[in-house]
Parts: sequence; structure tokens; C-alpha cells
Amino acid sequence: MYATNYHRASSVQDAVKLKSGTEEGKYLSGGMTLIATMKQRLASPSDLVDLRHIPDLKGISVNGRSVRIGAATTHYDVASSVELKAVCPAICDLAHHIGDPHVRHMGTIGGSVANNDPAADYPAALLALDAVVVTNAREIKAGDFFTGLFETALEEGEIIVAVTFDAPEKAAYAKFRNPASRYAMTGVFVARRGNGEVRAAVTGAGADGVFRHDGIEAALATNWSADALAGVTVDASDLLSDIHASSEYRANLVKVMAKRAVAAA
Amino acid sequence: MAKVKMTVNGRQVGSECEDRTLLVHFLRENLALTGTHVGCDTTQCGACVVHMDGRSVKSCTILAAQAAGSTITTIEGLAGGGDLHPVQAAFKANHGLQCGFCTPGMVMTAVDMIRRHGANLDEATVRAELDGNICRCTGYHNIVKSILAAAAEMGGVQQAAE
Amino acid sequence: MGVEGIGASVARKEDKRFLTGKGRYTDDMSVPGMKYAFFVRSPHAHAKIKSIDISAASAMPGVIGVLEGKQLQADGIGNLICGWMIHSKDGSPMNMGAWRPLAHDTVRYVGDGVAIVVADSLGEARDAAEAVVVDYDVLPAVTEAVKALEAGQPQIHPEAANNLIFDWQIGDGGATDKAIAEAAHVTEIKLHNNRLAPNPMEPRATLGIYDSAEDHYTCYTTSQNPHVARLVMSAFYNVAPENKLRVIAPDVGGGFGSKIYIYPEEIVCLWASKKTGVPVKWTSDRTEAFLTDAHGRDHVSTVKMAFDKDNRVTGLKVDTIANLGAYMSLFSSAVPTYLYATLLSGQYAIPAIHANVRTVYTNTVPVDAYRGAGRPEATYLLERTMETAARELGISPAELRRKNFIRSFPHQTPVIMNYDAGDYEASLEAAMATADWNGFAARKAEAARRGMKRGIGMSCYIEACGIAPSAAVGSLGAGVGLWESAEVRVNAVGTIEVMTGSHSHGQGHETTFAQLIADRLGVPIDSVNIVHGDTDKVQMGMGTYGSRSGAVGMSAVVKALDKVEAKAKKIAAHLMEADESDIVIENGELKVAGTDKALPWFQVALAAYTAHNLPAGMEPGLKEGAFYDPSNFTFPAGCYICEVEVDPETGTTEIIQFVAADDFGNIINPMIVEGQVHGGIAQGIGQALLENVHYDPQNGQLITASYMDYAMPRADNLPSFKLSHQNTPCPSNPLGIKGCGEAGAIGSPPALINAITDAIGNNSLTMPATPQKVWSAINAAN
Repeated sequence: MYATNYHRASSVQDAVKLKSGTEEGKYLSGGMTLIATMKQRLASPSDLVDLRHIPDLKGISVNGRSVRIGAATTHYDVASSVELKAVCPAICDLAHHIGDPHVRHMGTIGGSVANNDPAADYPAALLALDAVVVTNAREIKAGDFFTGLFETALEEGEIIVAVTFDAPEKAAYAKFRNPASRYAMTGVFVARRGNGEVRAAVTGAGADGVFRHDGIEAALATNWSADALAGVTVDASDLLSDIHASSEYRANLVKVMAKRAVAAA
Repeated sequence: MAKVKMTVNGRQVGSECEDRTLLVHFLRENLALTGTHVGCDTTQCGACVVHMDGRSVKSCTILAAQAAGSTITTIEGLAGGGDLHPVQAAFKANHGLQCGFCTPGMVMTAVDMIRRHGANLDEATVRAELDGNICRCTGYHNIVKSILAAAAEMGGVQQAAE
Repeated sequence: MGVEGIGASVARKEDKRFLTGKGRYTDDMSVPGMKYAFFVRSPHAHAKIKSIDISAASAMPGVIGVLEGKQLQADGIGNLICGWMIHSKDGSPMNMGAWRPLAHDTVRYVGDGVAIVVADSLGEARDAAEAVVVDYDVLPAVTEAVKALEAGQPQIHPEAANNLIFDWQIGDGGATDKAIAEAAHVTEIKLHNNRLAPNPMEPRATLGIYDSAEDHYTCYTTSQNPHVARLVMSAFYNVAPENKLRVIAPDVGGGFGSKIYIYPEEIVCLWASKKTGVPVKWTSDRTEAFLTDAHGRDHVSTVKMAFDKDNRVTGLKVDTIANLGAYMSLFSSAVPTYLYATLLSGQYAIPAIHANVRTVYTNTVPVDAYRGAGRPEATYLLERTMETAARELGISPAELRRKNFIRSFPHQTPVIMNYDAGDYEASLEAAMATADWNGFAARKAEAARRGMKRGIGMSCYIEACGIAPSAAVGSLGAGVGLWESAEVRVNAVGTIEVMTGSHSHGQGHETTFAQLIADRLGVPIDSVNIVHGDTDKVQMGMGTYGSRSGAVGMSAVVKALDKVEAKAKKIAAHLMEADESDIVIENGELKVAGTDKALPWFQVALAAYTAHNLPAGMEPGLKEGAFYDPSNFTFPAGCYICEVEVDPETGTTEIIQFVAADDFGNIINPMIVEGQVHGGIAQGIGQALLENVHYDPQNGQLITASYMDYAMPRADNLPSFKLSHQNTPCPSNPLGIKGCGEAGAIGSPPALINAITDAIGNNSLTMPATPQKVWSAINAAN
């Protein structure tokens, strides 16, 4: 890793202030992606501003169907939240299958969302749940937040404070893991929301990152069942291709994972 | 360079290191606790697993500075001055190690796993929970066996204490 | 057997230090003044070095020295060697190109070392390494062996026209061709044995310490054979004479073959320690390990197997092209020849065999022995062919194998090997019973009702361990002898130290070797220490690889023990005024048979050292050494059965059960032997299902350079294994041991691929059988 300067923020305001004085500073949450990337010398922030000790960013609150997850809440805490499980078990299940137990003890929802890795799990959930990314400056709809591979709508200095969404009627996430990295080679989050809207978001497969699939959503809106997906076609031309999975194979996985998610919801 | 302080294996420690120093290197180089190992560069092999504030973490992907002020337990401190922790004893009894390099991480992982699941562990859960730990020697067969044996033993102890 | 003797599953003596973080691996070593090394490596697969500019790097903070290949050459450090001469069928010697420890003229694979930076910290060394400016003239590269032989391809070494290292053959070509021409049926198959990265969990590391006062070097290194390392570094690389070079391989975290070889880094760090005046430590990271540790396998073969009308194999013809990478590694030439083609008879009585092997340079990291080394390639080839033949002939795979089993011993194959003992039917029967082979059809039908494709496959392997005798391997081209040494030192208080030239890097020698002593002398294993891995403590040895430590290393201990016991008996007879031939050793005592006269072991030892009352003319002390050179290889064999379920929607394979029935001869510690089998099977399953080294064929970049892209077997990829043993003692060593370290990796890949191809009904599936490949194969079959 290249040399860097570490700062620990005690509040959101403190974090903004600490970062504003740096040359090319970055916010650091659990660090499960950022530190890993820095170790490979693929990122070289001049400074790191640690958000992990800011009390306001932690914790889960459920108010009726309304859910708020603090940005610095770890995957483990999301996975094991009893109150969250009662209204939206799908997101607990998703969190339980991110990385490995040790990564889940450090990695946070805010860090994952801000990084927007094309193979990350949370972006699919946020998009399918029509979640809102709350920052220190504004609220951003998930649909507007994820703008491309490792790209988001976050402005310089902006900090994710929380993620909020209304718990869906039914939802589930099905993931097919890359045999080596164990990141999502294809993951599909399906949700039927209280207003009857159906959303299906795909991660790991899209050449431009997480995306919603119209065909799957239309089929499920008519008939919420795995069988309804039999006639859906998934266009391979917009999908990733690598040594582990061709775009054609990923197209198949999108459909199969969608079916399995619906069956599990 | 800054002085980083934390509690390691029950002892307050402080040592100068660069901000870019990883926790695993702080433990190995500054504190000479060489039982925690590095087996990969990509946060996957788990040879570096220690407990931070009671939870298993990968010390290869945490800066020492991030861990400042926390309480760390490494393989050297696991038995807490005793002979062998029950998980260590189970690994020995069940031949859950060969070359020994992944072993500290495996043992620390197993202790955390048993903390969260108690005696309810089954083989499928143990195998799933070992997602973040790679062993090249044992084929995992005897590691799984060791963890199940330790869970049964420790679960039994917990029940007896209640 | 006693509770700690031969045959007992004794818990390991070495475990406590590993379990409490007190293991001492090379990277754990620290000495005063020690500095850190980082290597500048070629980012290109093939390039001319036009210039190297170290000026900026040398001026960076913390930098002690930046050294390059020209200086190394000027100091007379020699080329790396291949230690096994192979001659082509036209009689010409193999075409070996030069391998410099640091390239100064041409780089030939991504990762080829160019310079070394020594600095106060690893971070500073790496920072400075990035500031070394190397001007390359990039050349075209070739990574695939078959392509590298074609006309017009990049030429990697001037010594090897068309990149051909040798074109070698074994067996009777005429007889084999005749058998194929006259066959009732010929099965033909083309196979690729995929390239693997060994991946011991401890990355390689070395600490080179030069002592200018004594003009002496110490090398801590992650080695399976420190004595061979010292020999080669002294004799060929001109690092230092043997008496000025101590090599220590302390705790070593797995090897699997990859730590047999003496790599450039050991040599360069020792040299750099002298040049810079500080101890120099280098520790590989995982990506460097993928780039620079010797890889394994990478064969492309075509096979023809001839059958008569009774389904008996009458001939086998094999053509193999083996990729040896950019340079010839230490034993690279032996792997696809004498460790491979000599096993092509398998467990079968085949009257005519012919194999042709061409080895090829490519712009990839060198390929050498990896767990099994040649024998997995032979077994995969034979067992995939047998399974394919059974399907073509319409008979059960078990029946076809049974019909062709060798049933009387010794058996001379047409490819050198003389099998000394075995009972192949016994392992087949045991494996089929454990796997409930006969109940498979019902399980398949049940799986089909759930939409899953279930398959079953078997593999009957044979391998050869304890390569020997030395004179024979010498006549085949080996540069070393393959004996082992041991010294048994009985201390004056009766405790025992055994110095062995074998090296444990996970195999548990500190326990099993002590069990042998406990068994023979009746002393507790706690009173026995096994000393290994240090050239200052053990005089000479050949190390641990090829499953040789039990069969060869322990046999040397037996020979030394024979001498110790003989002397102890003489002393005891003298002290108890009995006849030497009446003395027996039991339960830690030397007794006069048929009487109640006995002396405890320690008293005899003490007598040997006080020397107050020894037989006339006897030297004091109780310490004996021995060298053991085996009379033959050993031949472990067995039958593996794998049952899988394939998910046709995703192509995912789940291993439902894996059964191993092995014949390892006599067993010292069943628990440790089973552990060896578990690990071997996991590596074999890894090869068949997950692992593959992938170089970009266009530019020679290694795509699978970390665990993000190289799929290592995890716990949830594997089942618990079902093991059994059907042991026939080995007649050619005193303990009847055959060796168990590699069997699992040898026998398992074909069993798994036979099971998957059975499940999906498509026989053209290459390893690793990734979900994508299996999914494609299912769709191609439909």
C-alpha cells in the first residue's frame, strides 16, 4: 500500500471537515473493499477519514413497514437483526451471504453502496426495494444513485448517512457466486411492494453495473410465480463476459436466479 | 508514524507505526506475535483472522490505526494462560491441522463460529461458515470434525453452567 | 502395537506449537539488522531488456541497495539447472536454455525477476521497486505448448529450435501399432490435463544472512529439501562452498512439490546480503506465488486403446505434449517422462504400450512436480479412457476394469515398472460396497424426479513412490541419488534424538518417526525428538516429496536403529552376564529372554556413556547412522468412486459422496494417513472441478493471479470423505510401507469427471468442470 494519512472522525461534520483539508482523501467505512484495493496499490488516497466510530451512522430502526439502516451498520448486524427479519427477511438473507463471516463483521452497507462494485449485492436490493440513499446533504432514490461501474451520484465530500425503504410484501435474493472470488457472478433481487409494483434488479451480470430487468418485472407483475418467467428472454449483449462466465451463460443465470428468488420469496 | 495503542491478549500495548501499517503486520512485526499469518493478498484465505472487540475479523484488511483503542485477541492469547482452549484441543484430537499455517485463522474462526451458533452447529453450517478460510492440506474433513467436536463439548459446558 | 507404536492413531507431537501460534515459519524469523527485499519483475511475457535505470530507486527513502542481473553474473553466480537429463529418441540431449537468477538480457514470462531492492521496510522496498525503470523491447509471446511447436511461433531459447526441449519415447511402438491394427475395438480420446498452481498456504520466503567475519552464509527458506538446496547452491550456483553455507527449512507451511526447487530468490537474497552487508528477507505475496512458484500438469494427450473381442486391452498408444514453461525447473524433465509414462500400464495387464512425449518451452512460469507429478496425468489418461471404452463397449466400467486387472505379482509392465504387490480387486470391491454401487440406479431415478442429473464414476489408480534405487534413477538421467539418511542418537539419560534427511511440512514426521522408535524400543514418544530441516544438524538428506518419507526416510531410521539395538544388546548382555543372542528389547527394557533379568533402557544408555564397564574393545557412546537406498519403487494403488448431482439449470456439480479405498501397505499412524488422503482428494477435486491456471494466449498475462480468479477448494465445495484400506505390505522395504501422500490427488480427478460425464451424457468435458462448462456440455448433449 502507498503511504497514507489516517484520521478518525467523531461526527459527520467532523468527517466532512477532516476530508476537506486533504489532497485526495477518501472516506473509510469497514474498509473491506477500500483497504483491499489499496493493498494492491490500485488506489492511493492521500488520506483516509474513518467513519466507523460515528455513533449516528450505526443502527437499524423499523417503524411499521418503514426501515432505516445506518450507513455504518455492518453486514453481520443487518443479517442478524431480529426486527429487520420480521419485516424484510430478504435483506437479512442477502447480508448473510456477503463475503464471509469476518468480512461481514467489518463491511458496512454504506461502504458497499458508495463503492457500487458491479458484483456487490446491496445495490440489487436497493434498486429492487426502491430504497432511498440518505446523505448528509440530500436524499437520493436508488434508481438515480447507481450511475455506472463503481460510479454513484455522490458529490465530492458527500457522506451516506443511511439507507431507507418500505418493507416489501414479498422479496428474495438469489445469488450465483463466482467459483473463485465468491462475489455475485449473477444475483437477482425480486420484490413485490405494498403498492403492487414489482421490481427485479440484477447484479454481477450487467456490463454497466446493477440494472432492473423489464421483462422479468412485467412477467412477475402479471403472475408472481417462477413459472411466469418461462417465456422471458434475457439479452446477453449487455452482459459481462469473463473467464468464469460468458454473457450467454450469465443471461441464463439471470433467468434461473430470478426464478429461484421468486420461489423463495 | 504515530503511536497506536490497543489491548492485545489482555495487555495494553502501544507502538509506533506508519498509518499504512496493517493490523496483521503490527501484530507480527511490532508485537512479535507471529502466530497470525498472511496467506493471500485479497482478503480471502483467513490465515490472518483475529478477534477485534469480540468478533472475528481479517487483520490483513484492517489498518493498525483503525484498530486503535480496540481489544484484540490473537491465537497466542486464546487459551488465556491455560494449556489449550477447547477448540485448540479439539483440533489436536481430531487431526484438524497438518502444516499448521492456516491453523491459527481456522481456530479463531471456529471459536467465533461456536460463539454465534453454540452447540447447534451441523456439518453444512460449519462448511458454509468456513467460506472465508482456505486450507490446502486437510481437505477440510478433519477441520469440520474438529469444530463439530468442540461445539458439542463447549455447548455441553455452557448447558452445564446454566 | 502399543498405544504409541506402529499402527496407533497417536495425536501429533507437533500440534501444540501450531495451535498456539508458536510455529516458526521462515517469515517469522527476525535477526538484528534485517532488511526487506522486493523484486522488480517483468510485466511482459517475452521481451528484450534494453536498459535498466536504478538511479531514482537507489535515492529513495530507506533504500539500502538496488541490485541487478549483470552484477550477479559478474560475481559468478551460476545459472539455474534442471537436474534430470533426458535424451530425445534420436539420442540427442535435451535442449536446455539458460535460466539466470535475475534476467539481464531477455525476460521470458510475466514475473521473471529483473532486479532486487533492499530497504528498511517492505513498503519502502516496494515503493523503490516501482521507481526502477526497465526499458523493454516487447516480443511476441506464446503460452500454449501445442501452438509453441508450430512453425512461425516466437522462439523462446536459441538452444531449442521450435521450442522443442526433447522428443522422447518409451515402450514398443511396433507391437503397439500391431495391437491397434488387429483390435476388435479401438477407443480414441484427446485429453487436456489442466495447468495448476500448487498453492501451499504459506507463501515462499527466504532470509539470507551473510557473516563477513566467517565468510559464511545462512539461508532460512521454505524448502522441502534443505540439503538438496545447499548441494545445488554450492555445486551449481557458486553461492558458497557447502561448509560455508547453512540451509535451514524451519516449519514449512505445505509444499506439494512447489518447495522442492531452488528458486532465484534464495540465491539472490544470499548474494544480496553479502553485497549490501545486511540480512535480507523476502516473502512472496500470493500474486507473486501465482506468478513464480512452479506450476503443475499442463499436458495435451491423444490416446488409442486397443481391445480384443473379449474386451481385454491389447495395446495402448499415447502421444503427449507437455508444457514446461519458460525455463527447465529442477525436476521438470522427469515429470512427463519417468514419473508419467512408466505408469501408463495402470492396474492393467497391457501387453504393448508406446508413449511419445514432447516437452515444450512457452512464455509461462516453469512447470515441475506438483502433488502426484506425472502420475495424476497418467491416471487421468488411463481412467478416462477406460471409462470411455466401457461406455463404447456397452459393459459396466467395473467389469471392464476387473477383466483387465493384473492379478499375479511381481508383474513386469512394458514400461519399466515391476509391480511388487497389490490386490486391485479388493479395493474395487470395497469401494463399490461403501458407495452402494448397486443402489445407484434408484438414487439416479430419485434425483431425476427432483430435476437433477445424478452420475457415478470410478477410477482405479496405481502410483509409484519412493523413487529408487539410486543406481537405476542415475541410469535414467537423475543428477542425484534417491536414498535417505538417518542418525539415531541415544542420550546418556536414555532420551533419543533422530536426525533425518526427510523434511516435514505438514506430514507429521515428528510423530510418526517417533512412533517407530516407540514401537521398537518401548519408550514413550515424548522421550523421542525428531530433528530435521537444518544442514548443520543433519549431515545429508534428500528431503520429502514423491511420498518417500515413510518408505525411504523411515527405512533409514530402521537401519540406524538396528545398529543401535545391536550395540545396546551387547552392552546389556555384558552387564547382565548373559548371551547377546538372548537379549530382547521390550517395554523400554533390555531383558534376558526367559528370565526376570532386565535393565531399563536408560541404564544401558548411561553405561554406554560412562564407559566404566563396557565389553572389551567397545567404543563408548550410543549413536548410529545409516543410509538407506531402496531396492525398488513402492506401488500404492486403490479405487475411488465419486457420485455427483448436476443442476442442469446452472451446471453446478455437487459431490454427493466420495469413496476412497486404498492400499498403502503397512500404516504407521492411520489418523495421519487418512489426513493425507483427505488433502490429496481435495486437491484432485480442485483440479477436476475448480482450479485452472489461465494465461491470456495473446499477451501471456496471467489472468488467474489471485484467489479472485483462481478457484481454490473451500469447505463447502467438498463432502466428508469415506475411506478404507486394503493393505498388502510392500516387500521391498523393512516396514512394508508404500506411501500415501499423493494418492488422493492422483486417483480422484478421473473419478469425478467420469461421474459428471455419466450424469450429463456428454463425454467431451474438460477439467475443470466449471458450472459454465457443464451447462454448455448439457446443452450440447441435448
